[in-house]
Amino acid sequence: MKLLVPVKRVIDYNVKPRVKADGTGVDLANVKMSMNPFDEIAVEEAIRLKEKGVASEIIAVSVGPAKAQETLRTALAMGADRAILIETDTEVEPLAVAKLLAKIAEEEMPGIVILGKQAIDDDSNQTGQMLAALLDWAQGTFASKVEVSGNMIAVTREVDGGLETVSLKLPAIVTTDLRLNEPRYASLPNIMKAKSKPLAQKKPEDYGVDITPRLTTLKVEEPPKRVAGIKVADVDELITKLKALGVAA
Amino acid sequence: MKTLVWVEHEGGALKDATLSAVTAAAKLGEVHLLVAGANISGVAAEAAQVAGVGKVHVADDAAYEHALPENIAPLIVGLMGHHDAFLAPATSNGKNIAPRVAALLDVVQISDILSVESADTFTRPTYAGNAIATVKTSDPKLVITVRGTAFEKAAKEGGAGTVEAVSSTGDKALSSFIGAEIAKLERPELTSAKVIVSGGRALKDGPTFESTIFPLADKLGAAVGASRAAVDAGYVPNDYQVGQTGKIVAPEVYVAVGISGAIQHLAGMKDSKTIIAINKDEDAPIFQVADIGLVGDLFKVVPEFTEKL
Ligand SMILES: Cc1cc2nc3c(=O)[nH]c(=O)nc-3n(C[C@H](O)[C@H](O)[C@H](O)COP(=O)(O)OP(=O)(O)OC[C@H]3O[C@@H](n4cnc5c(N)ncnc54)[C@H](O)[C@@H]3O)c2cc1C
Repeated sequence: MKLLVPVKRVIDYNVKPRVKADGTGVDLANVKMSMNPFDEIAVEEAIRLKEKGVASEIIAVSVGPAKAQETLRTALAMGADRAILIETDTEVEPLAVAKLLAKIAEEEMPGIVILGKQAIDDDSNQTGQMLAALLDWAQGTFASKVEVSGNMIAVTREVDGGLETVSLKLPAIVTTDLRLNEPRYASLPNIMKAKSKPLAQKKPEDYGVDITPRLTTLKVEEPPKRVAGIKVADVDELITKLKALGVAA
Repeated sequence: MKTLVWVEHEGGALKDATLSAVTAAAKLGEVHLLVAGANISGVAAEAAQVAGVGKVHVADDAAYEHALPENIAPLIVGLMGHHDAFLAPATSNGKNIAPRVAALLDVVQISDILSVESADTFTRPTYAGNAIATVKTSDPKLVITVRGTAFEKAAKEGGAGTVEAVSSTGDKALSSFIGAEIAKLERPELTSAKVIVSGGRALKDGPTFESTIFPLADKLGAAVGASRAAVDAGYVPNDYQVGQTGKIVAPEVYVAVGISGAIQHLAGMKDSKTIIAINKDEDAPIFQVADIGLVGDLFKVVPEFTEKL
C-alpha cells in the first residue's frame, strides 16, 4: 500500500517565538525553520512501515511557500520516495489543507495518511481529523503505537487518562504523538540521493480548492509576562514563604 | 445564539472540563448540552442540573460508548441544523471529535479558546502560548474547543434543563474500541489540582522519581506532573506530561523539581498562580518564571523539604 505523509515547514522548536511590534504576527524573518517535529515522527513511522514490508511507497506532501521544498527534501532524505509541493504564499487554514490533502488522497489512494497531531506554530490540532471527515475514513489520533494487520490498523492513543487502543478499518488516518518513535537523522549519502528524487510542483488551483481563509487575525500579542521572583537560600526559608502563602501548615 | 456543548463523562459522571465549556458557551447564548453514550440516564440527569442549561439532548446507544469520533460526529452534525455553535472542552476527546464536526459542516475550528470577545471573535494561544491571537470568523456556524484553565467552571447545581432523547445515527462500522490502560489515580487529577509537584529528567529513573516526588506531593496534598523528558524516559506514564502537547494546568502552586523550563513545558504551566522551582543550575530558564526559586541539589533539598513540612 501507499502511505501519504503531509509535512509542514514551521519555526524550529528551539527558537523562542517573538511577537512583531506591530501586533500582526510572529516575526519569522531570519528565524531558523524546520520540519514540524510531529511530522518528522510521521515520516519516521511511514519509513518503518515500509521497512516492515507493510507499505510499498511513501509520498510526502507539503502545502506552503516555495521554501517548503527544503522540508520535502528532508522527508525524501529520511526515506520518502517522492514528494508533492502545493505552493502558496498565503496562510492556509487546516480546513483548506485538509481539502487539498483529500484531493491528493483521491488521486493516490493511500492505505494510510500519517500526519503530525499538531503543528507547533498554530497549535491547531485539526488537520488529520478534518481529512478523516472529508474522506469518511476512520481516525486514530495522538498515536503512540500502530500495528497493521490485513485491512485493519490498531492504534494505541495517548489520552488524558492514559492509553487507549482502537481498531480502524483501512484506509485510515493516523496522527502522531511524541512517543510513537524517535525519528532518524538523514545520512549524508541519503541527503545527496534525495536531491534526485521526484518532487512535483502544484498550485491549490490545480485541485480546484478554494483556500481563502475564513478567519481574520485581528491582532497577535505577547501573553502577560511573568517576572522572576525571589531566590531563597534554603529549605527553611522556602517553607516560611509557603506558609505565608497558606500552602504549608 | 443557540449553542451545543458536548458533555464529557466517565464512569457515569460528568467531567469537570465540560463545566468550563458551558461557561464559554453561556457567553455566546443559550446553552444546550449533548450527552452521548451507553446507559447514560445518570449523566443526563446530572447535566440537567448544571447552572444555566436549557435543553439536554441525550443519545443513548452502544455506538457512542467510547466517544468514537466516526460515530459521534454525524450525531452532532445532525443537531447543528438548529444550533449556531458547537463547543467541546479541549481534552483529548474534545480535540478528537470537534475538528471532524467542523469539516463536516465546512467551517473552521477555533482551537483552545482563552476568551470570548464577541459572537464571532475569540482569543487563542499559538506558538506554545508565546503569541496570543485574536481571531474573527466569517463562518455561519462556530466550532470551538475551550481551554479549561481559561474559564471558570459553571456550577454543577441550580439548573433545570429539560432532557430530550435524540435518535441514534448508529455505528458507522469504521472503528471499534479495543481497550484502555487508564491509570488509577491515587492523587488529585492534574487539571483540577490546587497544588502540583512535577519532576523532570533529573529524577534519574522511575523508582527515584517515585521515592523523591511522591512523598513531597503527598505532604502537600498535590497532584504529580512531569516534563516530557521524564515521560519519554519512562519514569512515569504519558498522562503525567505537562506542556504544549501535554496537559495545560493552572494550579495555585506549581513546584517544578529538576525541570529546566523549556518553552514547551512553560506552555503548560506558566499560568499557575505561584511557581516554585528547585534546580541545581541557577541559570535554568525555569527561574525566569518562578516566584520562589531554590538553587540546590534536589536529592538533598527535596527529602529535607518533605521531612520539614
Ligand atoms: C514538539 C515538541 C513538543 C514538546 N512538548 C513538551 C511538553 O508538552 N512538555 C514538556 O515538558 N516538554 C515538551 N517538549 C520537550 C522540551 O523541549 C524539553 O526537552 C523538556 O521539557 C525537558 O525536560 P526537563 O526539563 O525535565 O529536562 P532537561 O531540560 O534535561 O532539564 C533537567 C534539569 O534538571 C536540572 N538538574 C539536574 N540534576 C539536578 C539535581 N540533582 N538537582 C536539581 N536539579 C537538577 C538541570 O539543571 C536541568 O535544568 C517538547 C518538545 C518538542 C520538540
